[in-house]
Amino acid sequence: MANETIAVAPKTAEVDFYNVRGKRTGLLSWLITIDHKRIGILYLISVVFFFLVAMIIGVFMRLEMLSPGETFMKAQTYNSLFTLHGVIMIFLFIIPAIPAVFGNFFLPIMLGAQDVQFPKLNLLSWYLYIIGGAIAIFSLFQDGGIVDTGWTFYVPYSIRTTTNVSLSVFAAFVLGFATILTGLNFITTIHRLRCKGMTWFRMPLFAWALYATSWIQVLATPVIGITLVLIILERAFGIGIFDPALGGDPLLYQHMFWIYSHPAVYIMILPAMGVVSEIIPTFSKKAIFGYVPIAISSLAIALVGYLVWGHHMFSSGISDTSRVIFSLLTFFVALPSGIKIFNWVATLYKGSIEVTAPMLYVLLFIFIFSIGGLTGLILGALNTDIHLTDTYFVVAHFHYVMFGGMGIIWFASLHYWFPKMFGKMYNEKIAKVAAYWIAIGFNLLYFPMFIMGYMGMPRRYYDYLPEFQPYHVASTIGSWILVSGILIMYINLINGLRNGKKASDNPWGGTTLEWTIASPPPMENFYVLPEVTTGPYDHTHIHGQEEKK
Amino acid sequence: MSYNTDTSNQEIQEMVIHRDDFGSKMGMWLFLFTEILLFGGLFILYAGYRYIYPEGFAAAATELDVLLGTINTIILLTSSLTVVLAIVALQKNNKKLSLFFLWVTVICGLVFLVNKYFEWGAKFHHGIYPKGPALQEMSEGEVMYFGLYYVMTGLHGLHIVIGLAFIGFVMWQIHKDVQTSTNFQKLENSGLYWHLVDIIWIFLFPLFYLIH
Amino acid sequence: MNNNHNSGHAIDNSNEHADAHGHGHDDGHIAVAHHPSYGVNILVWIGLLSLTAITVAVAGINLGSLALTVALMIALVKSMFVINFFMHLKFENKVFKIFIGICMLTFIIVLILTFFDLTFRY
Repeated sequence: MANETIAVAPKTAEVDFYNVRGKRTGLLSWLITIDHKRIGILYLISVVFFFLVAMIIGVFMRLEMLSPGETFMKAQTYNSLFTLHGVIMIFLFIIPAIPAVFGNFFLPIMLGAQDVQFPKLNLLSWYLYIIGGAIAIFSLFQDGGIVDTGWTFYVPYSIRTTTNVSLSVFAAFVLGFATILTGLNFITTIHRLRCKGMTWFRMPLFAWALYATSWIQVLATPVIGITLVLIILERAFGIGIFDPALGGDPLLYQHMFWIYSHPAVYIMILPAMGVVSEIIPTFSKKAIFGYVPIAISSLAIALVGYLVWGHHMFSSGISDTSRVIFSLLTFFVALPSGIKIFNWVATLYKGSIEVTAPMLYVLLFIFIFSIGGLTGLILGALNTDIHLTDTYFVVAHFHYVMFGGMGIIWFASLHYWFPKMFGKMYNEKIAKVAAYWIAIGFNLLYFPMFIMGYMGMPRRYYDYLPEFQPYHVASTIGSWILVSGILIMYINLINGLRNGKKASDNPWGGTTLEWTIASPPPMENFYVLPEVTTGPYDHTHIHGQEEKK
Repeated sequence: MSYNTDTSNQEIQEMVIHRDDFGSKMGMWLFLFTEILLFGGLFILYAGYRYIYPEGFAAAATELDVLLGTINTIILLTSSLTVVLAIVALQKNNKKLSLFFLWVTVICGLVFLVNKYFEWGAKFHHGIYPKGPALQEMSEGEVMYFGLYYVMTGLHGLHIVIGLAFIGFVMWQIHKDVQTSTNFQKLENSGLYWHLVDIIWIFLFPLFYLIH
Repeated sequence: MNNNHNSGHAIDNSNEHADAHGHGHDDGHIAVAHHPSYGVNILVWIGLLSLTAITVAVAGINLGSLALTVALMIALVKSMFVINFFMHLKFENKVFKIFIGICMLTFIIVLILTFFDLTFRY
């Protein structure tokens, strides 16, 4: 064994990737870094910034909805706010966050590699992200007014409105490019840079999740890319491809839009599910149950996810035949997700469960995401969808799956990998209080929306009938609780950064490769490239925990 | 196992950052897939609108010059050949011949663009362009056809420009002996990109020029 | 034998490693040309030109609804030549063939599902 070890760097003792000796210090070194960990941190700061912006917009939206009619803003403003809230949350937070922050930081380490396959392309991805975000912000201040079409940019309104559609849509295009390059990078990294002994079925499940996600990123994103370009060309030159006045079919726009945007929701949730598959074994102190089904289910979700986009168009006027087909296919996509949930719960069974903050978020996720998933089935059934589509029921559903799914696991990931990324521990008690606080606020904010929607409250409506007001008020109060919980959570983490206790290599007893190196990791990740001989959830020899046995 | 503890950071970086031609090729193929889906979206729209407006498409196609389209097809096919021959030449360590073939490729690409310029120019002259006078008189199917024609051939032309830039960059690298008979993945990658641009045209040609 | 770099043991690799001087033996890190030839490529080119001539000629014949299918078939054959020979896919590792299969499958699925709407609406 000894004569097969591969040394790649001198042991740099106390030095981590933040403080590398030599020329790599200072802000400039961060802005031209090609180190995947630093790029992950750059993304972290950017992503949290945009999340907070979109969150505040949400708070203002809920304030407006406290009473029917105008509460304190004009209808036009409200339209712009919900458009921005959607565009920023979806394109600048939910889609990129987990892959670009935790994928970038941990995928190479989990594979036993020193970086991704194309480190410079990785930095380019971040710059494209920043440029896309900057264009989006820039568009807010141009003549014409803030875009008001909804994040879906449906034609013909998006062609006719005088607001800044072209710039916003161009921002989304640039962001799509960033996503594509990240996906391309991860696929190649997983194929080429797994360390010695790490066969495909010895990779951590987070890597499998990222692999499936990356394929969707590569194959689906270009479709919305071209669709958005067509909107710009339409507005600039009157080409007519989607304009009904010239013979275009607006439903073809919707098809093209959702051909990406449905798989996009799997880009959002697959990485989060991958994180769940990491956190549960760690805090159950046993190997994941059903490693192969979970791995393959990620690929299955990616594939089946391409077949169901029409369920966003059930009342748009598409043919009955296609509606039936899409409804049937939509039911199928629930199956692989169900497989995951079953295997996660089976992992918990007879495990030695430790409810730390990350684990608490995961347990909340299983409950909340299940509600979201089940209500998705209600919406996937044609007969019920006809009544519920374009109501608050849909708004509740997608917040339960996107926020209650990806968002909650984003919080979980922050806590789980916090010690490894920063070398410090956060305050566990406050973290758990914040988690409960968030869960209460979340459910108070979104559950009334199911009821309202069922009663007929339309979505994206600024005004409403008085019978809906109690639900709106409850929901708005929920938003305050939720936001205060989120702020407590972030402040607790920032406090951990400054004053937290020093973290060991492996505070949680994790079994994947990132827990075998220092916290924070050195620039080169590994002084000696690892060689693995077992699967990733082998709890018999845990780095840093031998003394406990 | 051995390494020299005196090795500087620089040398370590060089040991660690090694070439992976297979990975580089994989990255390029994945990028090509994004291009295929990008044009794919347009091909789906083409398919849809042709299905909806068969007569309009057939009528509009008569405005296109089949001879010019055929010539452009032959030009691109030939340029694909010369790119491959350039790779073979470099692999056989014939740097001059390799550069010659790449020049031919570039010239082919430029001639294609010039032809396109004249084609588009002729249509503009006849008022056949979005919101143009002739187009306003045409049926909805014809309007859709020309909308797709300009977007698809325009996007394709843009990709020819990108491909030429890529090839130009690689020519420079060959000239400087950075790409050599034992290090030619970048040349291959630029060839892959060029072939994709050719394949897109292979489909555009019959779909726009050969409807009767 | 020293091995100073990451070696991915992917399904797409053989198990040979690069030696200390970086000359790879088919693990792909260093590409090695396999019997490059001018002749085969020129033959393929002639085939492509012939197919172009055929497709233009056939377009003149009134095949009715079959015309589009024939044109697309010929275009497909031409692109298969370009992909397999010019782009070298025929001689590449299996993983590239699987990849392009995934890509084309995605495109075809999306096309078909879109047409379930169009054909029953128009």
